[in-house]
Amino acid sequence: MTQVSMTVNGKAVSGDAEGRTLLVQFLRETLNLTGTHVGCDTSQCGACVVHVNGKAVKSCAIFAAEVEGAEVTTIEGMANADGSLSKVQQAFQDHHGLQCGFCTPGMVMSATALLGENPNPSEAEIRAYLEGNICRCTGYHNIVKSIMAAAGQDTSKIAAE
Amino acid sequence: MPKDGGIGAATPRREDVRFLTGNGKYTDDINVRGQAYVHFLRSDIAHAKINGIDTSEAEKMDGVIRVFTGADFEAVGSIPCGWQVTDRHGEAMQEPRHPVLAHGKVRHVGDPICAIVAETYEAARDAAEAIDLDLEELPAVVDMKEAVKDGAPKVHDELTSNLCYDWGFVEDNRAAVDEAIKNAHHVTTLELVNNRLVANPMEPRVAVGDYDRSDEEHTLYTTSQNPHVIRLLMGAFVLGIPEHKLRVVAPDVGGGFGTKIFHYAEEAFVTFAAKELNRPVKWTASRSEAFMSDAHGRDHITKIELALDKDNNFTALRTETYANMGAYLSTFAPSVPTWLHGTLMAGNYKTPLIYVNVKAVFTNTVPVDAYRGAGRPEATFQLERVVDKAARELGVDPIALRRQNFITEFPYATPVAVEYDTGDYNATMDKLTEIADLSGFEARRKESEARGKLRGLGLNCYIEACGIAPSNLVGQLGARAGLYDAATVRVNATGSISVMVGAHSHGQGHETAFPQVVADMIGIDASQIDIVHGDTARTPFGMGTYGSRSLAVCGSAMVKATEKIINKAKKIAAHLLEASDEDIELADGQFTVAGTDKSVAWGDVTLAAYVPHNYPLEDIEPGLEETAFYDPANFTYPSGAYACEVEVDPDTGKVTIERFAAADDFGNIINPMIVSGQVHGGLAQGIGQALLENCAYDEDGQILSASYMDYAMPRADDVPFYSVDHSCQTPCTHNPLGVKGCGEAGAIGSPPSVVNAVLDALNAAGHDVPHLDMPLTPSKVWDAMNKGA
Amino acid sequence: MYAFDIERPTTIADAAKALSGEAQALGGGQTLIPTLKARLADPGTLVSLSGISEMQGVCMSDAGEVCIGGGTTHATVAAEATAYPALAETASHIGDPAVRNRGTIGGSLANNDPSACYPAAALASGATIITNAREIAADDYFQGMFTTALDEGEIITEVRFPVPEKANYQKFVQPASRFALVGVYVAKYADGVRVAVTGASEEGVFRWTEAEAALTSNFSAEALDGLSVSADGMIGDLHGSADYRAHLVKVMTGRAVSAAA
Repeated sequence: MTQVSMTVNGKAVSGDAEGRTLLVQFLRETLNLTGTHVGCDTSQCGACVVHVNGKAVKSCAIFAAEVEGAEVTTIEGMANADGSLSKVQQAFQDHHGLQCGFCTPGMVMSATALLGENPNPSEAEIRAYLEGNICRCTGYHNIVKSIMAAAGQDTSKIAAE
Repeated sequence: MPKDGGIGAATPRREDVRFLTGNGKYTDDINVRGQAYVHFLRSDIAHAKINGIDTSEAEKMDGVIRVFTGADFEAVGSIPCGWQVTDRHGEAMQEPRHPVLAHGKVRHVGDPICAIVAETYEAARDAAEAIDLDLEELPAVVDMKEAVKDGAPKVHDELTSNLCYDWGFVEDNRAAVDEAIKNAHHVTTLELVNNRLVANPMEPRVAVGDYDRSDEEHTLYTTSQNPHVIRLLMGAFVLGIPEHKLRVVAPDVGGGFGTKIFHYAEEAFVTFAAKELNRPVKWTASRSEAFMSDAHGRDHITKIELALDKDNNFTALRTETYANMGAYLSTFAPSVPTWLHGTLMAGNYKTPLIYVNVKAVFTNTVPVDAYRGAGRPEATFQLERVVDKAARELGVDPIALRRQNFITEFPYATPVAVEYDTGDYNATMDKLTEIADLSGFEARRKESEARGKLRGLGLNCYIEACGIAPSNLVGQLGARAGLYDAATVRVNATGSISVMVGAHSHGQGHETAFPQVVADMIGIDASQIDIVHGDTARTPFGMGTYGSRSLAVCGSAMVKATEKIINKAKKIAAHLLEASDEDIELADGQFTVAGTDKSVAWGDVTLAAYVPHNYPLEDIEPGLEETAFYDPANFTYPSGAYACEVEVDPDTGKVTIERFAAADDFGNIINPMIVSGQVHGGLAQGIGQALLENCAYDEDGQILSASYMDYAMPRADDVPFYSVDHSCQTPCTHNPLGVKGCGEAGAIGSPPSVVNAVLDALNAAGHDVPHLDMPLTPSKVWDAMNKGA
Repeated sequence: MYAFDIERPTTIADAAKALSGEAQALGGGQTLIPTLKARLADPGTLVSLSGISEMQGVCMSDAGEVCIGGGTTHATVAAEATAYPALAETASHIGDPAVRNRGTIGGSLANNDPSACYPAAALASGATIITNAREIAADDYFQGMFTTALDEGEIITEVRFPVPEKANYQKFVQPASRFALVGVYVAKYADGVRVAVTGASEEGVFRWTEAEAALTSNFSAEALDGLSVSADGMIGDLHGSADYRAHLVKVMTGRAVSAAA
C-alpha cells in the first residue's frame, strides 16, 4: 500500500492504494464516488470514463498510482456550481438519452470531452467519437440527438420523439 | 391534447437526474459493513467428471474465510425451473437437478465448482488458483442434432437422453397440416438458424447476501427484474427460507433484457453463505464471467414450410425446431420455444392450418432462456423470412403477398390457441410505406449504385403476445407461478402518494410513466406521486418486469387500486360536503357536488382520512390506502411493420444500415418519448442480432466469443437514426388503460427486415442467394457473393 | 490482478535501471491492464513510463524524419504529427478517444499485437525504433505475433519516421474489438513504395512485396490488378476466413493507394 493524492472534482483527496488498484476502484471504494461504473474487463464499454487533466480516459485502464497529483473529474463533478445539470446532462434528460443509466456517466463524460474538442460535431463525428462507449438500452438514437442538442444544433428534423 | 404530465405526455424522466449526476444506486454500489467477497471457480471444461477437489492449500491462504464445494449444498434444493412443458405424448419434460455448485460433474464452461469466500476479492482469486481440481474430461455435446442421436454423450446421466421434450402444437392439427402441405400448389421451405445471443445489460450481475441474527432475517441485494420471483424461487425451492424471513432488494438495475429475470446460483450462494459465515457476502460478476454465467438467448435451428394455393393464399405452415436449453433448465427456459414461440406462428396471417414441433435439447453450453422478445423473435424471424422467400420464388411483391394474407377481422382466434383482440395490420403497413418512403427506394438504389454500392430493401410484419398473462391460462400451459401483478396506492395525509408496485424498472422509466397515470386519474401534479419498487419488504407480491408486461399488468393493478382510492375519497368528500356519494365528481384534484360550486380539495379529503374528526366512521375506515391485484383476461397483441434499407459493399461484403423505419401499434400510449426510446433500443438489439452478435462455441464446448473482443456489441456508428411511429393505435380491449406493451417489439420486428434487405441487395445484383444465417458478417456476405451461399 | 508494485521513474536511465530485474514496463496500459485483469501476466513490479518527459512529444529530426517519443499518446500523435499527415490520421483511428489519450506508440510497438495499427505504419514507413540501447530498423524489429527484437527490459524511447511523398492507411475493422481485421499501410517514397499489412497474418505484420514492386513502377490501384494474396498463413477465425482476409489485403491496398496523399 502506498498513499496516492489527487484532486477529484476540485477537492484534494488522498488514500491508500496498492499497485494494482485501478483509478475506478479508488474512486468507487476509497472515495465512495460510485457514479463511475464498471461494465467490462477489456476496456471497451466506457462506463468508467472520467477526465484526467481534462482528457477522457477509462478509469478501469489506469492505475490510481499513475494519477498521482492529477486533476480528476467524475460524473459527480459535472453539474453546474449551483447544482443544476450541465448542458450535456440537461440535453440527455430533455432528449431521453438514457434508460437504465448504467452507461450514462461514461456517455456524459465522453460527450463533454467531445464538445470540448469539437464544439459543433456532425452526427457522424459523434457516432465515431462514441466508439468506446457501449449502450445496450437506447439504440444510440437519443444519445446522439442529445449531444447534437447540447452542441446547440436543431434536432427537430430527426425522426420521431 | 394530453395534459402536461398526465397520460400521453412526453414527460422528461425524473429518474434521469440521479443517473446523470452519478447518484444512481446499483447493487454494486451497496456495501454492507463487514462484508466478505466470493469468487467462483468455474469450469474451463465443457463436460467433465469431478473426481476430486482439494481445497486444503487454498483454505490456508491469507484472507481466505472458507471454500465451499458442491458437497456443502447436498442438503440444499435444486435451482428450480418455473415452467413444465408437457410433450407430444402427454409426458412431462425431463427435468434435471441444477445444483448451486457443481456436484459430480461439470456440464458447461462456466459451471461453478467452488466458491471461495475471502476478505478481499483478490484474495479469493488467489486462493482459487491453489485449488487442486481433478476433472476427468468427457466428450461434450454442443450440436443439438448430434445431442439427440442415439449414443450421444449425456449431459445428465440420470436422464434417458438429451431430449428435454418433443413438443407438438397443435398436435391434433398434425395430420391435416401434413396433408395440406402434401397437396399444396406451392411450398416454400427454409432451413435457418436463430443465432445464440448474450443479453449483455451494461451492468453485470451482482449479489450481496446478508443475515441478521437478531430477527433471523435474510436479505439479498441483487440485480433483478423481479425481486418477488427471486424470493419465491430461492426461498421456497432452494434454501427453505419462509417469505417473511427473506427480503430481496433490487435497487437501480442497469438493464436486464430478460437475463435478470432468472434465479441464479450465485444469489442462492451468497444468501446461504451469509448465514453460514455470519458475514455479509458480496459477488460482482466481471463481464467475462457474465458471458459464461448469464443465461443466453435464442439458439434455435428451424425448418419451416409454408404452403400456398394457386392464388397465393397461405394454406398451411409446418415447422420443426431444435431449441437449445444449454446444460440446465433456467427459470423460464422451457416456455420460450413453446408457449412464447409456437403460439405466435400465425403471425399477422390467416393461415388456417399450423403445426409446430419443438425439440428442446440439453447440451454442454450455458443455459439458454428468455432474451428480449423470448420466442417471439424466433417465430417472427422464420415466418417473415419464409414469406419473403415465397414472394421471391413466386415473383410477387412481398408487401402485396403479406397484405393479401393479413388477418383483418378481430377478435381472431388463431389455429395456435390464442385470440388476438385487436389490430390493424394494413394500417401499420400503410404507415410504414409512408415513414419509410418506400416510393423513394428505387431512386436511392440508383444513387447507391452510382457509388458502387448494392442497395437492398427488406421489410416484415410482426405480432407479439405480451403483457403476460392470464394465470389460469399459463397454469394450464405449465407455469408454476401466477402471472398477475399488484399495486398498493398509499395516500398520505397531505395528499402525496406512494405507489408500491410489483413491477420493477430496469430502464423503462416506471418512476415517470406510472405517476402520469395516477396523476391523470386524480387530477393532481405527477410530482406528488412516487413509485416504490424493487424491494419485497416494501411492495406487494407482484411478478416483475418482463414480457412487456409492466404497464399492461402492473399498471392495470395500479389503476384498479387508484379507482378504489377515488371511490373511498368520494365518500369522504360527500361527507364533508354533506352530499350524496353518487353526486360527487372528481376533476383536477377537486371533489365537486355535481351541478353546484360546492367543492373540497384532494388534500382536504386526504387529511380528513388521517385526521378523522369530521368523518363517516360508521361507514368507512380511516386512512386511504388500497391494494389491487390484477390478472389479465388475455395476452396483449402489439403488432407492426418494419422496413430496413442496407448498402452492401461488393468489395468487402460489409453491410451498413442506411435507413430503418418502424410503424408499431401499441394501443394507447402513456409517455410517447419513453415508448420511442424502447423501440430504438429494441431495434439496435435486433440489428445487432442480424449483423453483429453471435455467441459461438467450438466443438469442444469452448465459448469463442466470451468478451467484447469477440462478441460484437452494436456501437453508435453501427446504426442510423431510426424513424419510428406509433400513431396507429388499436387499444387493447381487456385492460383498463388499453395499452399493449412496447418493450420487446423492436427486437422482435427488426432482424427479418435486415436479412431480407441484404438478400434483396444481393439478388438485385444478380447473386442468387436464397438465405443467409445471422449474423450477416462481412466475411459471410462476401462468401455468398463469391462462393455461393 | 496479481499483486505488484508500481514504480514511476522520471528518466529513461531510472526506468532502465528499474527494468533490469523482474519488472515489466507499463506504457499506456491499454492492452497490458486488461491482460493483468485476466491474470495472464504476473509482473511483480510494473515500471510506468508515463512520467518520463524525455520520452514524450513529436518533433522533426535534422534529416527530416518525424520523431515521436516512445511515451507519446496516440492522441498527441494525431494532433501533432502534422508533418506526416497519414501517420497522424492513422493515430486518430486507433482504439477509441479514451484509449488514444492513454495508449502510446512505444507500448503498441513493444506489444506488436498482430492486429494493431502502428506496426503497419512503422513497417511501411521504414521507421527506426530507438531504444535505450540501440537503433533497430523496422524491417528487423517485427519478428512475428507479439514478438519483437526487443530484449528484456529494453525500452522504446523514440520512433523515427521518414516522411513519404504519399501515404495512407486503410483499416477494415473487426466488428467486436475494433482492431484491424485487415489493415494496410501504403507509403510511397522516392526510392520505392512500401506496403505493410496488419491483422491478416499468423506471423503478424508483414510487407506485401509483390504489391510494392507493382506500385513502385505504377502507383495506382490498377497496378494491383494481376496480383493475388495467398490465403496460406492468414488468420481464419469467427470474424473472417483466411480466404477473406487474403482478399481484403488486396482491396484495402487498392483503397490505400487511391486515397494516398
